[in-house]
Amino acid sequence: MAGKDRIAEPWGTRTPYAVGEEWPVRVDMHLEDGVTADEVDHWVQTASILHSNGDALDIAVKDDRMVGVRGRAEDRVNHGRLGPKDLYGWQANSSPDRLTRPLMRKRGKLVETDWDTAMELIVKRTNELLEEQGSSAIGFYTTGQLFAEEYYTLGVLAHGGLGTNHVDGNTRLCTATAAAALKESFGCDGQPGSYTDIDHADVIALYGHNMAETQSVLWTRILDRLAGPNPPQIICVDPRMTPVARVATVHLAPRPGTNVALMNGLLHEIIGNGWIDRDYIQAHAVGYSELEQRVKEYPPEVVETICDVPAEKIRETARIIGNAERLLSTVLQGFYQSNQATAAAVQVNNVNIIRGMLGKPGCGVLQMNGQPTAQNTRECGGDGDLPAFRNWSNDAHVEDLARVWNVDPMAIPHYSPPTHVMQMMRYAEDGSIRMLWVSGTNPAVSLPELRRIRSILTQKRLFLVVQDIFLSETAQLADVVLPAATWGEKTGTFTNVDRTVHLSEKAVDPPGEARPDLDIFLDYARRLDLRDKDGQPLIKWHDPESAFEAWKECTRGRPCDYTGITYEKLRGGSGIQWPCNEENPQGSERIYEDGKFWSAPEYCESYGRDLVTGAPLEPDEYKALNPEGKAIIKAAGYLPPHEVPSEKFPLQLITGRTLYHFHTRTKTGRAPQLQDAAPEVWVEMSDGDARSHGIREGDLARITTPRGSVEAKVRISGIRPGVLFLPFHYGYWDTDAGHKPVKAGRAANELTITDWDAASKQPIFKTAAASIRKIKLGSGPSSAPTTTASAPVRPIGWETTGSHNVEVQESLYEAGEGGSR
Amino acid sequence: MKLGLVLHELHRSENDLALELLEASERHKVDHEIYHVARDLAKWSQDHVRAIAEIGKQYGQDLDPEPRHEFNLAEKIRERGSDLLGRKSAPALLMLRDLREIYMKASGVSVDWEMLAQAAQGIKHTDLLDVAARCHPETLRQMRWANSMLKVNSTQILVS
Repeated sequence: MAGKDRIAEPWGTRTPYAVGEEWPVRVDMHLEDGVTADEVDHWVQTASILHSNGDALDIAVKDDRMVGVRGRAEDRVNHGRLGPKDLYGWQANSSPDRLTRPLMRKRGKLVETDWDTAMELIVKRTNELLEEQGSSAIGFYTTGQLFAEEYYTLGVLAHGGLGTNHVDGNTRLCTATAAAALKESFGCDGQPGSYTDIDHADVIALYGHNMAETQSVLWTRILDRLAGPNPPQIICVDPRMTPVARVATVHLAPRPGTNVALMNGLLHEIIGNGWIDRDYIQAHAVGYSELEQRVKEYPPEVVETICDVPAEKIRETARIIGNAERLLSTVLQGFYQSNQATAAAVQVNNVNIIRGMLGKPGCGVLQMNGQPTAQNTRECGGDGDLPAFRNWSNDAHVEDLARVWNVDPMAIPHYSPPTHVMQMMRYAEDGSIRMLWVSGTNPAVSLPELRRIRSILTQKRLFLVVQDIFLSETAQLADVVLPAATWGEKTGTFTNVDRTVHLSEKAVDPPGEARPDLDIFLDYARRLDLRDKDGQPLIKWHDPESAFEAWKECTRGRPCDYTGITYEKLRGGSGIQWPCNEENPQGSERIYEDGKFWSAPEYCESYGRDLVTGAPLEPDEYKALNPEGKAIIKAAGYLPPHEVPSEKFPLQLITGRTLYHFHTRTKTGRAPQLQDAAPEVWVEMSDGDARSHGIREGDLARITTPRGSVEAKVRISGIRPGVLFLPFHYGYWDTDAGHKPVKAGRAANELTITDWDAASKQPIFKTAAASIRKIKLGSGPSSAPTTTASAPVRPIGWETTGSHNVEVQESLYEAGEGGSR
Repeated sequence: MKLGLVLHELHRSENDLALELLEASERHKVDHEIYHVARDLAKWSQDHVRAIAEIGKQYGQDLDPEPRHEFNLAEKIRERGSDLLGRKSAPALLMLRDLREIYMKASGVSVDWEMLAQAAQGIKHTDLLDVAARCHPETLRQMRWANSMLKVNSTQILVS
């Protein structure tokens, strides 16, 4: 037992291990001040929903209150470890400013009301709009914080009941590109890899993936490999000097917006040197010759001029990747939120395909998720797809879904892909979406170009329903606010990026009249009296477990087959990876093991899209590729970003996620240790840029783009020259104005451009042209964390440490001993 | 040989398509996907104009390699107009009309490339065939894009 300040040491104590060995167990525990483990009344099983790792943990309950958390030793994902967000974030649940009663707008002000009144108002407005315009007037925008049961229920009621095509989740902002890239390459969403690939890989390439901050426990796994014998080589592609970059064998810091050129340069070298598996390509892939042709245009010297990365470094990187025996590739926002997002992510898939590095231990691709339940939004029909990976442009799939729901196929809109959120905002702007139901997310801070978003959400003609646990910036603009229960206060399942399904059980009651999201959706469906084609209630379930059983039926025979999983099976042990069915009763660690893909035209989830225009392929075009069970290699040329630096805006602005906060700080901003670790917004710039702008560490600066400006204190960091970085978590809920800037903006999205990747429809947050200017001398250094990518280039006189009650107990077990396993 | 004539016509129609894409882009600045993608796709046609002018020399055609431009002022006025009218639904109908126009013009260009490629094949002019083989697929992608945007937007625009 040892106490650790896990703000100061985010990744905790090393437990080194060698290639192929099992990752040792280390159980992390954090309890409320004054509470010890033996005083806890009971421990309730769940997993984290504050990042996409899906760390399994138990909630400590004492006197019907949450008093702490402890990692689950036996779980395959984290082997007992927890990250700072897991360890401290739970405290937000008991914040005094939780929403406890429904609110509705009266004479411009939100006032308390009761559930009946609030729901009847929503139902009345829904029926009016259905009468006047039809279902095209109604849109749903959901979160990465719900459970599978809830997404599925929303999917059924929206697609099958109301018949609207406008359903999307904020997964759109995080990992719509992950899904798009997997669908392009393999005909289906779902990760080819497993987290255990880290135990086996000899080369791990992280593309635009600051894993140390976004998935700190997974990063711990890599750190433990690096500390053991025969460590893997690490490739890092990131314009910032992240913790990943610091330990990397090679760090490439390309100019933002040039990822496709960089990937093509790497592929040029890999193919040119023959570091490919010809037999695998021949047997298991189509489209290789087009790639071979395309990357000829990208020798390292050409790529150097586009990306500003030395040609020699590109060669060195390609050599390492090309000679890897077990290559794990991971991708995140640095690619997904940038220019040509899908095209770039697909090139990563191509590297693994042409090297034959799929379906074997250590050989994987993890197109990462940003939120733990992102996989569920994508599976259940909450994120621009039909449930259980059914293909909206395959009539047989729509008919099959209609059979599962017992509705007419025409009742399910499938005239085009389900509407993505940016398009929904446009429809709200032009007045054709007139009711928007936002659950558990905060578009007034998280979408690009906030001034525009605020102007859309505040239109009188838009009826805005917000379902949340706090009065977020978005909730403050709503016509009706519904108080929701959250993690720890309700039961359900969710699925992390490596297809591991966890059960999250209710530990305590929600505050006041707050209700689980599932109950809210069920109530809405009941009040609308949605029926199937036999006149029976459309939604036939009534609680989490019966919703899960219904969802399982929907997945039968589809790639994400859940039919072998039950709540009972998930209780007590570890998470289970889908597909889990009669053939794979224990779940499936890896998919595509035999080089067989789910890409057959009659089975695939998507026919794919043109990577530049985004136009969906017609069934015939897809069939012409002849992908029958094969992976699809898609080449792409480089296109410059839509906004490039100019005289007026000479720099490039990137935004991103950081270690101590999560999505608009709704919860993490209310956990004192996390808030103290990164209390205010900052801007990172390079030493050289700072000097040429006459700026010093801690000076207050104004960052401006054609959309607006933000004021932040400067941190001089190891970011590449010409680039500014703003963390995207900061909004206004804890400022005087509440939902918008009073004078100076501080939300990074005041500055970002309204533009998205045409294939994945994911907004581009990482290539705005910007300027910066000092507006006030600093009185000391910026408060940005020193432990992460925002580490200062030279000492500033202090280091980030925990403020109070940060002590975390880490219990280490020798290999084989395994604690309670 | 009437190849010169076809090249001349193709040069004109690619120029026309590029302008149509740019103008539609500006008119629908608040429909951001149309705005951005149409501009990307206009570059393909502009690139084709240069390629046609270059190969045209071999067929005695003196074609301007520079794609046609409009006055900048007109462009700015259209963009501003789009911003101002973005909250009305009438421009949405105009968008469908513009997408239809792009689709029709791109179809015309596609047919021209088809004819040219056939002729080039017949007389074994590989240079010309290469140009057609490089440009024609991009024209088809322009068509499919216009078609897909029509599919995505028609329902919402026409039923609301």
